[in-house]
Amino acid sequence: MANYELMLIARPDAAEEETDKLLAQMEGVVTSSGGKVGKVEKMGRRRLAYRVRKQREGFYVLFPFEGGGDTVRELERRLKVADSIVKFMTVRMDEEIQRAEKFKTRLSRQETKRPKPKAASAGAPEVEAPAREGQARSE
Amino acid sequence: METQRTPSESSERRPRREGGPGGGRRQFFRRRKVCKFCEQKIGVIDYKDVKLIGEFVSERGKILPRRLTGTCSRHQHVLTVAIKRARNIALLPFASEL
Repeated sequence: MANYELMLIARPDAAEEETDKLLAQMEGVVTSSGGKVGKVEKMGRRRLAYRVRKQREGFYVLFPFEGGGDTVRELERRLKVADSIVKFMTVRMDEEIQRAEKFKTRLSRQETKRPKPKAASAGAPEVEAPAREGQARSE
Repeated sequence: METQRTPSESSERRPRREGGPGGGRRQFFRRRKVCKFCEQKIGVIDYKDVKLIGEFVSERGKILPRRLTGTCSRHQHVLTVAIKRARNIALLPFASEL
């Protein structure tokens, strides 16, 4: 089981009920295989950055879910068949989030460990000190 | 930012600068670039956040190099992945006309 995020683009001229129906179907696929669906977010109409299937605009929907590889395969198969879908992409999220967490804990640890810097500039002449500091930062 | 052209100060500062590479011409002060993601402590760079990611893409749609943006290597790596994902789902262009 892993966390995935599936983003799909429906044709802007397709009826909204149609996409709703498809989304309900997708939800059925996920839950029937023991997964969970997150908060489905309709991001609305957007201009596409390039033309896809002769469309310049698309209706974006974000579909986060939890499931296995079989679920992903089945969802993608369905989307491929659906006429109203212009494009879709599934991204696995958990690994990335884990890595980010690690990075964050390391950052905070570094901060607590780091000794207070810049205590040496007290004795320097007044005009020189700020200039030197500026120089050091520019390096 | 100090301009080193002001006559009164330049007489003092000159000697220090002279030894550097590039000789006399490089007098403007370059601000050190800091990785934006490190500064704001962003770990996950979301491919959906076009506004953020778009800053690191040229007008042509190319990924900007680190030497221009100041991004650290760790974040540049995550960033490129995010940009490529955004391209795949038509949030960002692969190549945009000028």
